[in-house]
Amino acid sequence: MLSLQLVLSAIVLLGFSGLPGCLLSPQSALGQRLATALMLIGSLLGICGLALSFDMPAPSLHIPWFLPWGQFAVTLDPLSAVFLGLVFVVPGLGSIYGLGYWKQSEHADNGRQLALFYGVLAGSMGLVVIARDGILFLIAWEIMAMAAYFVATAEEDNPEVRRAGWVYLIATHVGTLFLFAMFSLWYHATGSFALELTRALPDKTAGTIFVLALIGFGFKAGLMPLHVWLPGAHANAPSHVSAVMSGVMLKLGIYGILRVTALFPANPVWWGGVLLTVGSITGVAGIAFAIGQYDLKRMLAYSSIENIGIIAIGLGLTLLGRALGRWDWILLGLGGSLLHVWNHGLFKSLLFFNAGAIIHDTHTRDLDHLGGLAKKMPRTAVFFLVGAVAICALPPLNGFVSEWLLYLGLFHTLNFNTEPGIAAAATAAVALAMIGALAVACFVKLFGAVFLGTPRTSSTEHAHDPEAAMLVPVILLALGCTCIGVFPMLAMPMLENAVRTWALPLNAPGSLANVLPWHWITWLGFALVVLAAGIFGIIKVLPRIKRVPKKITWDCGYAQPTARMQYTGSSFGQTIVQLFSFMLHPQTYRPAMRSLFPKPTPAKTFVPDLVLDRWVLPLFNFAGRTLPGVRVLQQGQTYLYLLYILIITIILPFFWGVGIPS
Amino acid sequence: MIETPIHLLLLLLLPPLLLGVINKTKALAAGRIGAPWLQPYYDLIKLMRKGLVVSTTTTWVFFAGPAITLSTVILAGLLIPLGPFNAPIAFTGDLILFAYLFGLARFFTTAAALDTGSAFEGMGAAREVTFACLSEPALFFALLVLAKKSGSLTLTNMLHGPVAVFPSPAAAPLVLVAIGLFIVLLAETCRIPVDDPNTHLELTMIHEVMVLDHSGPLLGVIQYASALKLFVLSAVLLHLLAPFRTGSAWLDWPLFVGEILALAIVIGILESIMARLQMKRVPYLLTGALLLCGSGFILLVR
Repeated sequence: MLSLQLVLSAIVLLGFSGLPGCLLSPQSALGQRLATALMLIGSLLGICGLALSFDMPAPSLHIPWFLPWGQFAVTLDPLSAVFLGLVFVVPGLGSIYGLGYWKQSEHADNGRQLALFYGVLAGSMGLVVIARDGILFLIAWEIMAMAAYFVATAEEDNPEVRRAGWVYLIATHVGTLFLFAMFSLWYHATGSFALELTRALPDKTAGTIFVLALIGFGFKAGLMPLHVWLPGAHANAPSHVSAVMSGVMLKLGIYGILRVTALFPANPVWWGGVLLTVGSITGVAGIAFAIGQYDLKRMLAYSSIENIGIIAIGLGLTLLGRALGRWDWILLGLGGSLLHVWNHGLFKSLLFFNAGAIIHDTHTRDLDHLGGLAKKMPRTAVFFLVGAVAICALPPLNGFVSEWLLYLGLFHTLNFNTEPGIAAAATAAVALAMIGALAVACFVKLFGAVFLGTPRTSSTEHAHDPEAAMLVPVILLALGCTCIGVFPMLAMPMLENAVRTWALPLNAPGSLANVLPWHWITWLGFALVVLAAGIFGIIKVLPRIKRVPKKITWDCGYAQPTARMQYTGSSFGQTIVQLFSFMLHPQTYRPAMRSLFPKPTPAKTFVPDLVLDRWVLPLFNFAGRTLPGVRVLQQGQTYLYLLYILIITIILPFFWGVGIPS
Repeated sequence: MIETPIHLLLLLLLPPLLLGVINKTKALAAGRIGAPWLQPYYDLIKLMRKGLVVSTTTTWVFFAGPAITLSTVILAGLLIPLGPFNAPIAFTGDLILFAYLFGLARFFTTAAALDTGSAFEGMGAAREVTFACLSEPALFFALLVLAKKSGSLTLTNMLHGPVAVFPSPAAAPLVLVAIGLFIVLLAETCRIPVDDPNTHLELTMIHEVMVLDHSGPLLGVIQYASALKLFVLSAVLLHLLAPFRTGSAWLDWPLFVGEILALAIVIGILESIMARLQMKRVPYLLTGALLLCGSGFILLVR
């Protein structure tokens, strides 16, 4: 019980961490420090609570409240603990980072607003994860969605930020609408809003609830084609907010799907098939779109979509395993997914923090304006490289371990002769391989264009390694990535408890800690580092190396290479963009020669978002052109809306006979 | 226990000979005498003793590229069984590590290429990562077939699986996979028809253009690593092409060496009779490999 109390007080502390600052002056550094201190105390309390809850029966708390429906019901089970782990790590680190990145003295107009809603966002995410009542869940979910809107649009005087905010607001509310429908159906089917494991529901009801949950939570997680809000919102938010949104908030969409599927004791095969398909498409398309971008943070945002796809592949395998009664698929699939949830939280925050350091000094997000930063920001380059290698799932870092589990799970389907399993393995394992190769291309492009070569414009002139407040969180995250990569077995007991919680009625022998050769991962990780360092050292100490003449890059005999002659990020991605042009539809504006002495004209290529720019916006524009008559109903006056509600309330009983449940 | 030292010796010493054999075959096919068999060894020794020129643009990544590439290839070489013998390191799921070690090598090779800031090297790096997007899925289809056939997730058992079924019709999927893997091998080791290691036009190269700025010992490490990669992938392919066993350890080692040299001759002959493909046609070839491996899988699980 103490663990739950600690976690609840942590959530309250996080949620109100920005409040004291609101009472101080807008430029006050003290307010921001207070907020950070409260965030950190809250996070530490929360982590203590999680540690106490380990291997104990899940504590829960039920308090009736003033609303006619539901109650304040919270439970701290191992599945919640996995996601709470992220909630108590990333926002706290982001808050330290914010001390350097978003100094309140420099951002007097929005510093207090940002700190306030940043705390609310963190606290509400914690509440979402422990809520065990549909109404409480929706309240927390909506607070989270609104807080995220206010932090993401901190720079609201920029029209691009406002537009991204609008898209986010619409997308998140469409998603919430589906969740309303899902919880109503749940109430209709079970007679209560309590989110507890039930007896089997009729197939059709269960299937509808699953689809509604998949769409509703899919909007938040960013499953394709519901990801429309994600690239814009992530790119335009302050970097530590992007880190929290990408690293933690997206995962709550995944949590929602997991929690809802855990409510059913069993599921049909097609649930798994749907998630495997959606996951594969999301993964491949997400990373292909990432390669087409030239905006540093948009690339990272699309890569988040890819990682959500990878996690969804694992969930699909898990559901397939439950449908066919294969415990090993569940163990490997869900274990891999949950580990990837953590891993992505760590390395994506790491990458966003580093991206923030770059943007802070250069004031541009355009890859083709950067370059050569490894010399000016050597530490940032090293930590960015750690994040990039980890996110490409390369050994010896953490991304490899979670994808390794997923691959093993997918390969395990081969031992069992059924069509769905084999089909899953064939599509998803191969999709995962393609995602891996594309991710290497994406992050080599990103790392190369930003850090390597020579600076392309003067914007990098004042770049330097950031101050301690921005460097410490980055170091901690890089350490986390390395630790999970080399000693993955340390994370296994916690993950396995979560897997067993999810698959409660189905309890089988075989555990993650024992079935896999973890020591080999550790030893080979060390071997790789030692071998590479050894070869690196030997090359450096060879006798003739000592006097290395430094010359300009050879460039095939051309003696005057300039920065403009380098391969840009866009040209690096061009071959892959062409390969996937059936999906990416790259747009090119070529310079047009109009007269005998043509003036300079710009040439540019870019990859618009398939769903947002080609489907959704045209649809909305069409609706805006053809349906202006409906606007009569929207007069923006409160009494009119009250009248509408009254009219609806009077009409409804005529159609359905009964009113709203009381 | 004698197997592990022999494995290590072959892995570390034999690879340059494969390059020598390929070059000699090409020379003979063209009616020349050609360089001695051992020329690649002489080249490597000479390179290691030379000085090197480093571009002012580069950073430590330029040095890390070759170092990490060589270490990943060595580790990958320890995961695969040579001939009938077991690999020194074998554990459940090592096949994924095997594939991703090459991914790590690709990451750092291309990063080191971009480190020079040269457009040529950027082009080579872009091509390398692009073609991997097609060869990687093909490789995984092949791994799926081998895993299904052997019922194991350890490379040693997976690659020893084909022996049991070799002469029977059950080997049909393996034939498709072998052709697909052969194309992947040619692409990954930058041989004709995907890339021409001897061309002199930087604009058309993949691997060689990425290492234009590396010289001296760094170039030596890179050439040694690419020879190792050829050796490792050939050893994998041999399990599908020629799973012959004598049963006696003293005969099986020479048999393996003979087989891998024969494969080098085949590659040499192929390089002599084919021209390099147009760069824009390479994706078609790799898609072909992907389809072959995928068809092999469908044939197996039908």
